[in-house]
Amino acid sequence: MTLLSLKHVTKRFGGLTAVNCLSFDLVEGETVGLLGPNGSGKTTALNMISGYLPLSDGAIALDGHAITRLGPARIAHRGVARTFQLVRALPSLSVGENVLAALAFRKQHVWGREATTQIEALLADVGLAGRASQPADSLTYIDLKRMELARALATDPRLLLLDEWLAGLNPTELRTGIDLIAALRQRGITILLVEHVMDAVRALCTRCIVMNAGGKIADGPTADVLADAEVIRAYLGNDHA
Amino acid sequence: MQLLLALVVLAALAFVPGLVGPYPLGLMIGILGYGVLATAWAMFSGPTRYISLATVAFFGLGAYTVAVLSETMPYPMVLLAAAGIGLVVALLVGLATLRLAGIYFVIFTFGLTELVRQLVTYYEVNVTRTLGRYVFLPLGPEHIYWQLLALLAATLAIAWWVRQSRIGLALRVIGDDPVVASHLGVRITATKLTLFSISCVIMTLAGAIQAPRWTYIEPSIVFNPTTSFLVVIMALLGGPNRLFGPLLGAIPLFLLFEWLSANFPNHYSIILGLLFIAIVFVLPNGVLAAGESLWARLTRKRVPA
Repeated sequence: MTLLSLKHVTKRFGGLTAVNCLSFDLVEGETVGLLGPNGSGKTTALNMISGYLPLSDGAIALDGHAITRLGPARIAHRGVARTFQLVRALPSLSVGENVLAALAFRKQHVWGREATTQIEALLADVGLAGRASQPADSLTYIDLKRMELARALATDPRLLLLDEWLAGLNPTELRTGIDLIAALRQRGITILLVEHVMDAVRALCTRCIVMNAGGKIADGPTADVLADAEVIRAYLGNDHA
Repeated sequence: MQLLLALVVLAALAFVPGLVGPYPLGLMIGILGYGVLATAWAMFSGPTRYISLATVAFFGLGAYTVAVLSETMPYPMVLLAAAGIGLVVALLVGLATLRLAGIYFVIFTFGLTELVRQLVTYYEVNVTRTLGRYVFLPLGPEHIYWQLLALLAATLAIAWWVRQSRIGLALRVIGDDPVVASHLGVRITATKLTLFSISCVIMTLAGAIQAPRWTYIEPSIVFNPTTSFLVVIMALLGGPNRLFGPLLGAIPLFLLFEWLSANFPNHYSIILGLLFIAIVFVLPNGVLAAGESLWARLTRKRVPA
């Protein structure tokens, strides 16, 4: 059952085409890696799916319904959550309030005592049990990432977009991070992750889509894609292909 | 318990007009008026950090509505009309400006005040051919005091409700990061517009209620931009993100400004400007927050390391 479908999605910034005629489908429950060198248009693609950037051309559908022209809030209400390439905490709020902000404004909103219970559970899921009252701006980098994940999960997503969520973690943290994402996969959440950490991609993704210069150059099972000559050329240059 | 205390204080304040002379009552009216404006201002501008300088545009609109309509309909209807006009203008302005952020919003709201003043002046000079208007209503200072007291109580109640409701959280999230807010499903425009409108209607009512005090009204009096700046300073001094912060800021500053304008009428605006700078530099989060962090530092020192 197809959850997300991109058809000829294109984004132009003036004369620059950041994403060029990108098409792919995500099946419900899949964990798919979106790979490609820096500047290949991965984040721009995520930004269009989450509604942050309007499309120049093409169409995006969620569950068969067009979301092409919807803004981020509407798309979030339909079950798409995301994290950001650079962590975006709500610094003047507490850790718990960061999660509450997601619970309170989702389609079936949660508020009051029920919210407090759910906040504790969500924070415990990402390893931040008992930290709800701490100010968000006092967290370490990995804990900020955990909080951002808890916040994204609190929106009760069907599709989770992770933009280099594992970047900048040390090896131990990376292990924890991969386990966290693996646990989400178990819950049946469809995940699209932009990632440069290849160990994580191998461990988590059944399928990979590779972009280069705004276009899709490979799409298939992870092992095949990573062995693909064109993918290696895009990352490493002609000498290695 | 807190509600009971608030009601007792409110009831006690209601007896003030019978106990004090006309001059202290005038001061109390001024404090209540600015307390309402500062609390209403902070309701929107505190969490969003959108510094609005349009306070006096709405305040003046309220006063002018009373001046124009007071002889055509009963007083409660006049107040309702003022609130309605404030709401319509707030919605129009909100839709036009709330997509602006930071300094652009500040400049727009300041420009708006001038625009409203010039429009009213133009209308009065060219259409009605009277620049000033007289307000003759059978309302003494004690009536104005009671109305303002009720308005302040209502404003604080609304501000309290906003703080612990979803819309209050939405506003804080927007203030922190509008991009995150939208991705969490917050309806940004609707949220900002709602709170901006509530805040502006209260300001309009504050102007309407105080109109009978002046007897004579003209645009340069009721659309004086200094009022907008004073309200910002008061809210910042007390702390715009505390329920009672803006009110606590309004009390000392109103009294100070009264004293300054009586004793140093020529240097008044210089002192005002310096004070503004000092507050922004020294107490960016207001005295209440500064007091709390000072208290935290003092108590922490007592714990042996």
